[in-house]
Amino acid sequence: MTGYIIRRLISLIFVLLAVATIVFFLMNAVPGGPWGYGERGHSPEALENLKVRYGLDKPVGERYLTYLGNVLRLDFGESFSVAGNPPVLQHIVRVWPVTMHVGLYTILVAFSLGLLMGITAAYYRNSWIDNVVTFVATMGVTLPSFIIATWFLFIFGYQNGWGQPGKWIIGPITENGNALLSWDYFLPVITYALGPMAIIARYTRASFTDAMNADYIRTARAKGLTERAIMIGHVFRNALIPMVTVLLPTIPDLLTGSLFIEVVYGIPGLGKFFVTSIFSRDYPMIMALVLLIALLWGLTYLVTDVLYTVIDPRIRVGGRVRSA
Amino acid sequence: MAGHETALEAKNLAGKPISFDEAQITRRSLWLDAARRFSRNRLAMVGLGIVLFLLFLAVFANVISPYPYDKADFSVVSILPFTNPNHPLGTDRIGRDYLTRLIFGARTSMYLGLLVPVITFSIGVTLGALAGYMGGIFDFIVQRVVEIGTAVPVLLFALMLLSIFGAGINNVIIVLCITGWIGPARLARAQFLSMREREFITAARAIGATDRNIILSHILPNALSPLLIAFTFSVPGVIFAEAGLSFLGLGIAEPTASWGQMVNSGVGNTIRVYWHLALLPTILVAVTMLSFSFVGDGMQEALDVTRSQ
Repeated sequence: MTGYIIRRLISLIFVLLAVATIVFFLMNAVPGGPWGYGERGHSPEALENLKVRYGLDKPVGERYLTYLGNVLRLDFGESFSVAGNPPVLQHIVRVWPVTMHVGLYTILVAFSLGLLMGITAAYYRNSWIDNVVTFVATMGVTLPSFIIATWFLFIFGYQNGWGQPGKWIIGPITENGNALLSWDYFLPVITYALGPMAIIARYTRASFTDAMNADYIRTARAKGLTERAIMIGHVFRNALIPMVTVLLPTIPDLLTGSLFIEVVYGIPGLGKFFVTSIFSRDYPMIMALVLLIALLWGLTYLVTDVLYTVIDPRIRVGGRVRSA
Repeated sequence: MAGHETALEAKNLAGKPISFDEAQITRRSLWLDAARRFSRNRLAMVGLGIVLFLLFLAVFANVISPYPYDKADFSVVSILPFTNPNHPLGTDRIGRDYLTRLIFGARTSMYLGLLVPVITFSIGVTLGALAGYMGGIFDFIVQRVVEIGTAVPVLLFALMLLSIFGAGINNVIIVLCITGWIGPARLARAQFLSMREREFITAARAIGATDRNIILSHILPNALSPLLIAFTFSVPGVIFAEAGLSFLGLGIAEPTASWGQMVNSGVGNTIRVYWHLALLPTILVAVTMLSFSFVGDGMQEALDVTRSQ
């Protein structure tokens, strides 16, 4: 097991290196640069100074090697476009909590509602409840978040209450801090949760239906166990196994934020800064964000695979699944 | 829905004795059978109807739309829908007929939604099939590229590439193809890998079939239905990607009409007054994506024989 994890981590490092290389050379392959080349009225001398200041005057290969060396020392450079040119890492540390704040509420809402919907639908299969859940799930999976966000803005955004800034539900813990929960979060969280919630509900329903039709459930019924004991002791535990691989990868996605949600609702989080740094060609920011996301994804895949073996002892990593 | 149908069929069969003629009739090909199952799925048929209608709009956009899509008329700026008989769905901020823009948006969506999957599946299935069938060093290389490709979310990578290449319909197609072949490649590889070990392939090899023959006439037909289902589902995926990229301002460039870009310019402080600018294209995107996924669901139910049992 340890050997497997180490091997996976080493391959993750190679993937990150490859991603860094591709992104770095792609960004520098095309003429143009962060300062718009005269568009914003820089004189050639000023432009030259800016390039020297940020090291863009050196050849690409040399910059690439310097960058890799700096990254190893966890120095991701300074942002070109954010006011005050803060170090990229410092800026991410400042911005990410905003996204995570929304993301955590979204995880909470998506997982609790999704599981509830899926289980209810599986339990009352082919009833009207099942149909409603299937309908909502189809909508949630299919409709793009920016479409839903636009509708929500249209319906709720200009009325009093929801989405109005400054209406707190739970105040800040620290003085002058952000509110823990306020009405501002309502629309983004609902919009954002709809997609993952639909996926969770779908998989929960399928997984629970499979578990409820299994032979050991019939055995449990025959033994005379109560419905409660069957659901909790037998169905739950077996239904959760196949769901882990599907549900866990949604978490890094939610924690790194959605571009659309943040752009539509104007949340100053990671996703929005990704878009602004792309528009302003803020190379260090783009590199750092891409690497951060690739790292998070890689780790999540790894954790998912490892957790899978912990929950289901029949599965061994790196090997084959023993036929049941 | 599938379970319901099979139950009904079983009752019919059990209810009356099967004559010899009927037994003959039930011997249909897989595809005819699938088509029959598909046509019984009401939701899928509705989806197919809407898709065909949208295709009709897309193909005949210049014939049916009342105005040229890029003709601005500053005497009729920002007309609301249903108020001016000359512009039934109103006009946008520079007086272009909105109905026309929406119809041409359908053309953009359909064009990309069908072209990009064709390209990505051609590349992806070829690479994945060869990797899965041949194994060895080729498989290793494809696997590593796929691993790198899945490290960064598709949309982020597409966004980054577009920021480098610039907006525009051809660049969107190129970018979506660069990022899109990975899914089909993985699927095809998994299919070919599992098929390669099956008995009928060993049998084919034993009677001296060439690799080319095995791949094309033994494995591919068997792997076709999951690939076809994935293809159907990738169409709304591409439509979403185009609309999303355009919505963020890096997709289709003006004056080409794109629903995503129309939503982008419609959202904002003026949404309260000029509601149609944002609302109408969002409805169209939603209807299109739902229709395609209904068709996909229907295909899945019709083609996946193992699942419905």
